[in-house]
Amino acid sequence: MEQFIQLTVNGLADGAILTLAALGFVLIYKASGVINFAQGFFLAVGAYVLWTAIVEVGLHWTLGVLVALAVGALLGISVERLLLRPLVGQPIIAVIMVTIGLAQILEASIDLIWGTEPRTFPDFIPSGAVEVLGARITEGRLWALGLTALALIAFGLFFTRSRQGIAMRAVADDQQAAMVMGISVRRTYAIAWALAGVSAVVGGMLVANLTGVSQSVAGFGLLVFPVVILGGLDSVPGAVVGGAIIGLLTSYTGGYIGGGLQTVIPYIALVAILMVRPYGLFGQVRIERV
Amino acid sequence: MAATATGVYHRSYARDLAIHHTRSERVRLALVLALVIVAPFVAGPTWLTVLNQIGIAAIGAIGLNLLVGSTGQISLGQGGFLAVGAYTAGLLTAESGLPFLGGIAAAVLLTAAVGAFFGLPALRLKGLYLAIATLAAQQIILWVIRNWEGVTGGVDALVVPAPTLLGIDLSTDFSFYWVILAFAALSALVATNLLRTGIGRAFVAIRDQDIAAEAMGVNLTRYKVLAFAVSSGFVGLAGALTAYDTKIVTFERFTLDVSILYLAMIIVGGLGSVSGAIYGAVFMIGFPAYIRELSSFGGPLEFIGADLPAVQALIFGLTIVLFLIFEPRGIARIWGRSKDYFRLWPFRT
Repeated sequence: MEQFIQLTVNGLADGAILTLAALGFVLIYKASGVINFAQGFFLAVGAYVLWTAIVEVGLHWTLGVLVALAVGALLGISVERLLLRPLVGQPIIAVIMVTIGLAQILEASIDLIWGTEPRTFPDFIPSGAVEVLGARITEGRLWALGLTALALIAFGLFFTRSRQGIAMRAVADDQQAAMVMGISVRRTYAIAWALAGVSAVVGGMLVANLTGVSQSVAGFGLLVFPVVILGGLDSVPGAVVGGAIIGLLTSYTGGYIGGGLQTVIPYIALVAILMVRPYGLFGQVRIERV
Repeated sequence: MAATATGVYHRSYARDLAIHHTRSERVRLALVLALVIVAPFVAGPTWLTVLNQIGIAAIGAIGLNLLVGSTGQISLGQGGFLAVGAYTAGLLTAESGLPFLGGIAAAVLLTAAVGAFFGLPALRLKGLYLAIATLAAQQIILWVIRNWEGVTGGVDALVVPAPTLLGIDLSTDFSFYWVILAFAALSALVATNLLRTGIGRAFVAIRDQDIAAEAMGVNLTRYKVLAFAVSSGFVGLAGALTAYDTKIVTFERFTLDVSILYLAMIIVGGLGSVSGAIYGAVFMIGFPAYIRELSSFGGPLEFIGADLPAVQALIFGLTIVLFLIFEPRGIARIWGRSKDYFRLWPFRT
């Protein structure tokens, strides 16, 4: 029972981080139909910038987080402006490959700037543990759950209450109609990418807090695919449910079966879901012949 | 061709069906042949290894280009399919003593079957979803190889005995070069001709507009699975040759990075063209090897030193991005444009 609670909370916390990473992914896909294979490296860049700002430069952690968030937003905007805008109207493989190329560039840049040696994450997030029904839960994981909930509420308010958020939903729904209504599609794309960068920095911070600052933070990026496919590429609630399912699935498989099966189980789930419901649990059903 | 010529005219069906039409095309083919025949004699041992890698990569890239470039089905599972080919050939030779050509044939057939199986999602998915499904294929195949220890040996390296053909020992890079060259030429010929048949036309029709293709009588189910099978057959050949060339098979050679490398080859070379796949293989294998040589001890780029892998990855990423932004149709298109430039000179296109 204790192990079950332990695994459940760990799985949910991992799922929460996955949800954050997936959120940026879904935002970009919803707004511009682009799938970002470099999302994992956005997380890693966020973690490294945070480390540099707090440990190397010595900023207070609040300031460090702000700097990292700004860098994340800037990274997102420049990627949109420099790499994706020239590719408007190109076949889908070009868009996929350009983000893969970007992933290589970011990976190499991290290697060249910070080296391959892992760093310890500055401990501004409390590192104690609490007992829940006899299971030890580290506070880092609780923070992951809490921050994800907070980020989701913030995104939810943004999409329902703010002008720009509503404009973004309009663009996602119908680009031409949105343009006719006087919405700047370009600015909307830029904001979608900036938000994706911001959510990646928060996700990177939480992953790095659990695993330390290293390239392996980016490994989380690949797990985003099962999450978004499970939930549906264009659904925010889908990202939440998908994150939770993949997080729990990985955690239970690792705890009860083991043997490395937990590394592949998300992909098996992915193939299964693609065969049954190609548009995911909550994705928009497109009626088209394939 | 003279600048005054307005086109190429044929007076017989046989001429019209020929792969090479003009004298300059035949001269170019002869030059390329001369080059690949002379190359192993002038290349040093390091570059001979690189040449063999290029030849194998060209076969794999031709296969992938049939699927991605010609049929429009994106695959991130190339590494996994190469692994199937390499392990099939390696295991059959090492464990059951199957001769070289037998191992090659088995690898081609089995990889084609595995490719067709993982191509089944393409019947329901396309575009991004298909890319992600093949990504899953890649991860699942590698996981099976790592964990099926009774058969594949798990994470341990599989040692493959040196191949022999008709009593000739093929253990050196020099002797194996000719085998790779023969298979690469055969692959290029088969792929070029395949694209000229009804099957190839059906592939291209599916890429350009699948619904229209189906309306015109192209059986989508059949041709999509066929595209995955044919493409994977080439990839299996490349995988098997890798096993015999390096004589050591480990799963680390077939990770997702390899899938990306091959996709980069066909994008840099030119999507949907056989020669493009070859240009891409030459560029994406040869260029990093050249950088490695320049940055070795005493070279002009010696200062790179230990950062070499990162620098190579950076160049790799930049190459993909810059080609996509500035010349999405790759080296094949650049080559075509420079030909036009000289043909029309002094007039501008």
